[in-house]
Amino acid sequence: MKRFLAAASLLALAATGTLAEPVKIGMITTLSGPAGYLGEQVRDAFVLAIEQEGGKLGGVEVQLVVEDDGLKPPQGLQIAEKFVGDEGMKLLTGIIFSNVAGAVVPEVVAQGAIYVSPNAGPSNLAGEGCHPNYFVVSWQNDALHEASGTAARKLGYTRAVALAPNYQAGKDAIAGFAREFGGQVTEIYTQLDQTDFASEMAQIRAANPEVVFQFHPGGLGIAFLKQYQQAGLLGQIPMVLSEPSLDAVILNAVGAAAIGLKGTTHWAADFDNAASKAFVAAWQAKYGDKPLTTYAQQGWDTAQLIASALRKTGGVDDIDAFREALRAADFASTRGDFRFGPNQHPVQDWWLIEIVADANGKPQIVTREQLRDDVGDSYAAQCKM
Amino acid sequence: MSILLIEQALNGVQYGVTLFLLAAGLTLIFGIMGVINLAHGSLYMIGAYAGMYAAAETGSFWLGLPVALAAAAVAGLAVEALVIRRLYNRDHLDQVLATFALILMANQAIILMFGRQPIFTRLPAGFDGSVQLLPGLAYPTYRLLIIAVGLAVAAGLWLLINRTRVGMLVRAGATNRDMVRALGVDIRLLYTVVFGLGALLAGLAGYMAGPIGAVQVGMGEQILLATFVVVVVGGVGSIRGAFVAALILGVVDTMLRAFLPTLLRQVMTPAEADQLGIGIASMGIYLLMALVLLIRPRGLFATA
Repeated sequence: MKRFLAAASLLALAATGTLAEPVKIGMITTLSGPAGYLGEQVRDAFVLAIEQEGGKLGGVEVQLVVEDDGLKPPQGLQIAEKFVGDEGMKLLTGIIFSNVAGAVVPEVVAQGAIYVSPNAGPSNLAGEGCHPNYFVVSWQNDALHEASGTAARKLGYTRAVALAPNYQAGKDAIAGFAREFGGQVTEIYTQLDQTDFASEMAQIRAANPEVVFQFHPGGLGIAFLKQYQQAGLLGQIPMVLSEPSLDAVILNAVGAAAIGLKGTTHWAADFDNAASKAFVAAWQAKYGDKPLTTYAQQGWDTAQLIASALRKTGGVDDIDAFREALRAADFASTRGDFRFGPNQHPVQDWWLIEIVADANGKPQIVTREQLRDDVGDSYAAQCKM
Repeated sequence: MSILLIEQALNGVQYGVTLFLLAAGLTLIFGIMGVINLAHGSLYMIGAYAGMYAAAETGSFWLGLPVALAAAAVAGLAVEALVIRRLYNRDHLDQVLATFALILMANQAIILMFGRQPIFTRLPAGFDGSVQLLPGLAYPTYRLLIIAVGLAVAAGLWLLINRTRVGMLVRAGATNRDMVRALGVDIRLLYTVVFGLGALLAGLAGYMAGPIGAVQVGMGEQILLATFVVVVVGGVGSIRGAFVAALILGVVDTMLRAFLPTLLRQVMTPAEADQLGIGIASMGIYLLMALVLLIRPRGLFATA
């Protein structure tokens, strides 16, 4: 009887054509520490996209393997070697932090695998360091903050203090902001593991700028905003922020103090397009009132891009065909307009957002106006593929 | 500029008193019992988590405080009775290994109970703003509260050590443990009291530090290293030494971090200046320790 059942199930498998191994997707992401929720958001949205298709992406069975890099580049590299070397995976994604990406991505693409970034887009991998096997779905780091520079300029400010942690994405942030802002910028660098910003608050007060721009992802941003308020600076010196410093988790933690802050984003949950509405509805159906951030949207869009390519190629065995299919970016992005520039980083629109009080007095993100239309990044021209 | 200097000095004092709250317990435990307790930072973390949990349940910061103190003290007493008591006569390597194991266990236990995500707590009502100390200098009220609490604890400990019978025994124990035992003092009870008190102060420091940064796993280890430097610089077993050393190191560390990058920026790019400046600032307190040990090998206020 047992043997008969086994044979029957084998037959059934053969008939539906699912005997083929599922496509393995390796996700290296940050799940622990103050920024652990960033990776969690990317992972949850990616898992949601797979579930929506009943275990498939683009009609192809996939298996997602997730590991935590702990925000440590060597740990990320170790996981990548296991994924690509030992397990023979050809498709990796998930990295949140640029310092981890800087260590992992060159290694992965050198071994012939494809890496699709749902978040980090460091400048050194966007210009001369670009690679045909490396795609970024989110944004190039500088572009993310150039929008804030545009916003601060349009709001009429000329003197700014810009703060960011001293690592690749932090340097990219200040460079991007300053490039579009055009005014006078005082730069202050913090540490990626810093939680006490008392000394920086004193420096901001002493510099007394017209506007403060700061980029502190995850828990750092929560601590920074709270201490900015405690220092009595919140009402005094306005802030213009990029989306990683104003995500839904940070807003929940900071509370009413965030109301009135202005920022910039490539997507917000109130976007009025079919893809975005479907994503927000699916998220709320599965995760209830768990905060929904741009990280989740990036994870979702990454999954949709991969799905669009798998739909054309049926798998990753022919890596050249798969790469071509990715490059076409033939999917409906939740952000509206989306295509890849010559360095396989996004060409997209940027928006001004404002934090307002909702019916319960809680902070809520509202999209105001378009700041930049169809822009790529400043490094695309240096990319020779 | 002078306003900035004063504000950074206050930041240094606030960091210093937090270090003192931790170092006071550590220096007594080290000085009187001769035990190196690496798990002191875990008591700091336990205080922060327990207090944060109680504050969230009751909705009151102040109700969280006694819970934080009690949890850290109870945890400290349990650690003393179950682990440390067996280590008094072993060498320091055994103590380091055992208490390091305690760190790993405490961290895993907290991860199991609260998860890996750091928890952000709110400031108590009335202390969530800032006060105008001088024209142009508004300072966060909560940080002033930390400074006040630290100074009050320092005064209380001074009275306890110098004006009470228990304090006399503590001083005697720090100077010559064997003689105290030979005179018929119940040294075991004294050890337990000292350990519990040290744990309680660590819990207080942890709970007070919570709302400024984040309550997270490993928060104790971050600050423990600086605390050991304070103990060594101040002189093992000396509360007075711990107090002076904590304030000096707190101010020196903060000043270096605040002003060194700015000075270096005169001669190099901001990113490089900050990298180098922070690098040197991180070494600052260790250089200071080396200097002090060179001149006074037993610390500033050595007890024997």
